[in-house]
Amino acid sequence: MLAFIIRRVGQSLLVLLIVGLVAFSMFNFVGDPIDNMLGQERTAEDIARLREQLGLDRSFFVQYFRFLQEALQGNFGVSYRQGRPVTDILLERAPATLELAAVSGVLAILFGIALGVFTAIRRDGIWAHAIMSASLIGVSLPTFLIGILLIYVFSVELGWLPSFGRGDVVTVGGWKTGFLTESGLKALILPSITLGLYQMTLIMRLVRSEMLEVLRQDYIRFARARGLRDRAVNFRHALKNTMVPVITVIGLQLGAIIAFAIITETVFQWPGVGLLFINAIQFVDIPVMAAYLMLISVMFVGINLAVDILYFFIDPRLRADRTGGH
Amino acid sequence: MAEPVLSIRDLSVEIPTRHGIVKPVDGVSYDIRAGEILGVVGESGAGKSMAGNAVIGLLSPPAHIASGEIWLNGKRIDQLRGEAMRRLRGKEIGMVFQDPLTSLNPLLRIGDQLVETMRTHLKISEKEAEKRAVAALEEVGIPGAASRVNSYPHEFSGGMRQRVVIALALCAEPSLVIADEPTTALDVSVQAQIIALLKRLCRERGTAVMLITHDMGVIAEATDRVAVMYAGRLAELGAVEQVLTRPQHPYTHGLMASTPLASEGKARLHQIPGAMPRLDAVPDGCAFNPRCPRATEVCRTPPPPRVKDGMAACWHPLVEDVEEKVS
Ligand SMILES: Nc1ncnc2c1ncn2[C@@H]1O[C@H](COP(=O)(O)OP(=O)(O)OP(=O)(O)O)[C@@H](O)[C@H]1O
Ligand SMILES: [Mg+2]
Repeated sequence: MLAFIIRRVGQSLLVLLIVGLVAFSMFNFVGDPIDNMLGQERTAEDIARLREQLGLDRSFFVQYFRFLQEALQGNFGVSYRQGRPVTDILLERAPATLELAAVSGVLAILFGIALGVFTAIRRDGIWAHAIMSASLIGVSLPTFLIGILLIYVFSVELGWLPSFGRGDVVTVGGWKTGFLTESGLKALILPSITLGLYQMTLIMRLVRSEMLEVLRQDYIRFARARGLRDRAVNFRHALKNTMVPVITVIGLQLGAIIAFAIITETVFQWPGVGLLFINAIQFVDIPVMAAYLMLISVMFVGINLAVDILYFFIDPRLRADRTGGH
Repeated sequence: MAEPVLSIRDLSVEIPTRHGIVKPVDGVSYDIRAGEILGVVGESGAGKSMAGNAVIGLLSPPAHIASGEIWLNGKRIDQLRGEAMRRLRGKEIGMVFQDPLTSLNPLLRIGDQLVETMRTHLKISEKEAEKRAVAALEEVGIPGAASRVNSYPHEFSGGMRQRVVIALALCAEPSLVIADEPTTALDVSVQAQIIALLKRLCRERGTAVMLITHDMGVIAEATDRVAVMYAGRLAELGAVEQVLTRPQHPYTHGLMASTPLASEGKARLHQIPGAMPRLDAVPDGCAFNPRCPRATEVCRTPPPPRVKDGMAACWHPLVEDVEEKVS
């Protein structure tokens, strides 16, 4: 097990190195940072000084190495636009995105699994058919359209929920949370539904089809033949086996939720890292873009690693295959 | 004589299809007594599994029992539904499937699967169930049962897994066991062991067994009586020596002649010409008549012959050879 984890951590690091290379390359190939940082009134001297200060006069690999070194210490340089350390800006923005993603993820997973199981067990029922048809809308409508529709119905027409922003936030130990105020919670509802709906339908359809497949297996027939209660057959035997393939997808979807937050944050003017990234693109604010890229890939890689390790605890066959042989 | 454990009367299973209703089981009747092993043989598609599934209430829709009765220990069970039928499964009727590699849930320890089954049917504590799980594994001959309860199915060989399956089927002490080709998927070397195990356990406990198989060796080795099925109907029913050595039905005769056991020494296996009819095209009269060397007009006219009073379902059974030739 340890050997397996070490191997996976190694692979993860390799992925991060490559993403780091891409992020770093942006500095050299997208626009000229000096242009961006110095205004019109610049002298050749200014340029040379800044060049040296930023280390832009060194070779590519030296620069890359420096970039990695700095990144490891959580230093991604200074935002061209705001003139403040990128790390500070990101940390300020991260809670908004993480809270939104967490709520969306939890909604998507809970409802996705529950509805998937329901539509599999009652597959000929009228409700199951209704849910399956409705889910087609969830997968086919683009996220921004769902967001706009929700805003139209619940903010414009009914006036129940805010259409933009996070509401009031409270700072707890340096973390700005919207969970503790009424307006903060209200503000979370529409964006998290918008962000989680696609993932929820995806998880639901996957759980349904995997579960139908599992319900056809011999061991389910045998469980029935032993007179086990429906609840035990469906949840103890079938659901557990269903989750084995579903977990990978859920892991990937969680990563996707954080990445897709860009669109939702734009629609709802949600002050998270996604919106920050969109603004950074408009201003070619390379340090912010690079740091965002790194942040997202660290999350993706981290989630994948967690999923792989989770497998170990769910599926005994993997434990045997991977540790038995050393 | 004691009342039979299982009594099937004129059982028919129907499946509605696009081309009309087919009857994979058609008017089948037989009994199985306590401690008795009934072998059920017949070609693939003859309806052996369907009959077994009907008894344990596991027909997959749209297949359903259309007529007839099933009695278990003096109680009529063919009309039981849902919860009432579930309580019988595992408790009164155990089932062993063909493939032990796929019969066990890969994610649960076998001890947990045993405990779960026992605690569903018996009022015993977790502790007690765990103790009995070890005993159940010992009984089916799993070495080191006390530690093996904590193993997962993939840690056992095929033969060992089938022993676990048998332990699971028998752990709530059912009075009837349906074993649907329990050795077909196993290595030849362990087939005999599994059959011997099944036979020993059922004899000891007085369990009635419906043993579905293609293997005439298994029939000869383990069963007391044999039911021969053809196109959903019972062709012949009788004591094992009689069916194996003095079959009455021309189909049974052909079946015996086409198995290696009966034709030992002969250079080539005898083959029955033709194939069993598809269920949507069963001929009028005796279903076997197009392939039968003895068929006459009466065989082609309905109603088909039925098994009765120890006689095969045949208008011209082989025992009557002498008289037939005279007349
Ligand atoms: N859904 C269905 N629609 C139509 N016919 C079906 C359906 N399901 C099963 N059958 C038919 O029912 C018949 C009985 O099948 P059954 O599984 O009982 O055969 P069997 O004697 O157990 O054969 P085998 O030795 O191959 O296990 C087969 O001829 C099969 O084609
Ligand atoms: Mg069968």
